[in-house]
Amino acid sequence: MTDATALLTTADGKPLKAALAASLATRRRRAFLLVAPLFLFIMISFIVPIGQMLYQSFYNDTFSSAAPNLAEWFDANPEGSAIDESAYAALAADLALMKKDKTAGAAGTRINYDVSGTRSMFTSTARKADKFEPPFKEAVLAEEKKWDDPNIWRAMRSASSPFTFDFYLAALDLTRDSSGSIVPVAEGQAIYKTLFWRTLSMSIEITALCLLLGFPIAHLLAVLPMRKAMLLMILVLLPFWTSLLVRTTSWMVLLQSQGVLNDMLVWAGLIDENGRIQMMYNQTGTIVAMTHILLPFTVLPLYSVMKTIPPSYVRAARSLGATSWTAFRRVYLPQTLPGIGAGGLLVFILAMGYYITPALVGGADGQMISNMIAFHMQKSLNWSLAAALAAMLLAIVLIFFWIYDRLVGIDKMKLG
Amino acid sequence: MNTAATDDGFVVFDHVQKSYDGETLVVKDLNLSIGKGEFLTMLGPSGSGKTTCLMMLAGFETATHGEIRLAGKNINDMPPHKRGIGMVFQNYALFPHMTVGENLAFPLEVRGMGKSEREAKVMRALDMVQMGKFANRRPAQLSGGQQQRIALARALVFDPELVLMDEPLGALDKQLREHMQFEIKHLHETLGITVVYVTHDQGEALTMSDRVAVFNDGRIQQLAPPDELYERPQNSFVAQFIGENNKLPGTVETLDGDSCTVRLATGELIDATPVNVRSVGQETLVSIRPERVEFKADMMPPGAHMVDAEVLEVIYMGDIFRTRMRVAGTEDFVMKSRNTLGQTKLRPSEKIKIGWHPQDARALEPM
Repeated sequence: MTDATALLTTADGKPLKAALAASLATRRRRAFLLVAPLFLFIMISFIVPIGQMLYQSFYNDTFSSAAPNLAEWFDANPEGSAIDESAYAALAADLALMKKDKTAGAAGTRINYDVSGTRSMFTSTARKADKFEPPFKEAVLAEEKKWDDPNIWRAMRSASSPFTFDFYLAALDLTRDSSGSIVPVAEGQAIYKTLFWRTLSMSIEITALCLLLGFPIAHLLAVLPMRKAMLLMILVLLPFWTSLLVRTTSWMVLLQSQGVLNDMLVWAGLIDENGRIQMMYNQTGTIVAMTHILLPFTVLPLYSVMKTIPPSYVRAARSLGATSWTAFRRVYLPQTLPGIGAGGLLVFILAMGYYITPALVGGADGQMISNMIAFHMQKSLNWSLAAALAAMLLAIVLIFFWIYDRLVGIDKMKLG
Repeated sequence: MNTAATDDGFVVFDHVQKSYDGETLVVKDLNLSIGKGEFLTMLGPSGSGKTTCLMMLAGFETATHGEIRLAGKNINDMPPHKRGIGMVFQNYALFPHMTVGENLAFPLEVRGMGKSEREAKVMRALDMVQMGKFANRRPAQLSGGQQQRIALARALVFDPELVLMDEPLGALDKQLREHMQFEIKHLHETLGITVVYVTHDQGEALTMSDRVAVFNDGRIQQLAPPDELYERPQNSFVAQFIGENNKLPGTVETLDGDSCTVRLATGELIDATPVNVRSVGQETLVSIRPERVEFKADMMPPGAHMVDAEVLEVIYMGDIFRTRMRVAGTEDFVMKSRNTLGQTKLRPSEKIKIGWHPQDARALEPM
């Protein structure tokens, strides 16, 4: 043991570590070549787009590239400087530039994110911009007197740098007041925080429901004889093989107020014609449909864990004097924890980012954050805000992943 | 043997039958009475119904018909956790998410025992199996033999009067198995508990038990102390299953009380003890233990018949020579002779004469 610290060598004197590395090099190269296509695919289709999206959430140059003179003026004059003639001169020069480059709309849209109603100011003022004569302040204000609103200047100052955290502020229902300090947005305009909370609470509810419903099925699958288990497994997997859209629309058929379930309740006399229950286009609809769609994702990891638990554990507990409930709680349940963790985490992550089902059956109060991200991507075209929302969603998921790792340990996760 | 308990019917199987599918019986009319303090082994090939019997006794299977009594009480409808029977499982079934100490405390905890009393009992049980230092380990950190001891301690920690063991030593290597056999036997003697032990290893059954019940085809073929089982098998299955055995088919030539002669297929005449043959001319299977076969005429009782044999192969096994030879048309007749100083060395294709004491050859009814 004394020479354990001395450098070990091979029989012909080469250092052992170098010899080992050389002997493994070929194998390692071959292994790398095997995974290279997948690696490239993931890089191009996954890592790069995500990186680009994250970049967009704090980098937006639509205004700063369209208004170089204003950017220069904001650089020269710190926050709180008086908006004087030189500032208006820069504005007039930039508006003229915007007219020439046809960028007034885009730049206006960027400022419009912060101060609504400003986009038209840019387009209309820019139209006349090349006719402005000094003094520019009077000329600009004569055209549109709202230009002296300090809020607009504050928004332009912050947009004059392409790097900004304004989108994250917006995603958290925060904004800057005219003095530049961070304040909550007006009561009626706050939407994202509630939406995040709703997404979170709905995801937790859906995860809990999936685990509650999936546990007995998975147990049944694990203890039934092979042939019956196969049949049951097909029933579990059947929804997997059906189109997501078909499954969601069939829930619409079942749950809507003129739907099958309500018809049956009315027919059975449990509710009357006017008392039809609203089960669709609200949170209930989203939760029911998503639980159904995500259920297999809990059943499969649970099943794979339960399959490995020999029945002798529960038998041993019973023979040692435990009632069947105690045996379940103290012996069986703890051993299924890796499956509960894996299934729960999987469903939770999927639910957090779910889009189609809430979009179709969610109505107004069953919408989730992903629907808002899609809205900003497709309708409002505020990609930076969409990116900021998505980045926050990603962060929340990663936080949950981290918590799971600390509590259960990611190495204990079994997906099947 | 040494603690040969009087059979007071502590555990009774009364006309017990068991069927899983309603078409075939796994256990056919089982009647068995086990005395308090007895070490009874259920021995048999897999599928003979021995484990099913154990599971019915533990309460994990219900008897299709008949009654199982424990200390005079019918326990057919009693759930397993109320039976108070300790059980050692084949794969030990130690709870992997609990430490050794928690595993042992489990049966005490569910009985509502206080913490200090619990700890004292756990320590005592661990010391009993010489595992006192391992209370804080997890089962996965223990070797097979250590896990086995913990399983044993856990089955004993709540002082059950009856302990069931389902092939508890099956996963251990030979040396450890023999050591554990001795330890289990020792624990049984010092604690005075009743043990029902299931195994398919006949060596284990013979070394440990007071009585052995040999199972085959859902029935007890013979219930007897080990020596009687080995030396006086009641039928050809038991003779075959316990130890190595030579069998010679033939017909009964003469039958006179407790001795008979049997005419072999090749026309030779041998001496035997009739066990379950009843008449002259009946087909029979004569069973002879390999170590009871002699090839030196001076070792034979006077007037005993001897038969021709041709040596086919001699295997050196250290303490014994195992000689396979052709006798009366069969080629797997085996003789075991001790490797003593001056033992005659036999060679293949050597022609010799062999014989045995008439009481060592048992004429049984063919199966």
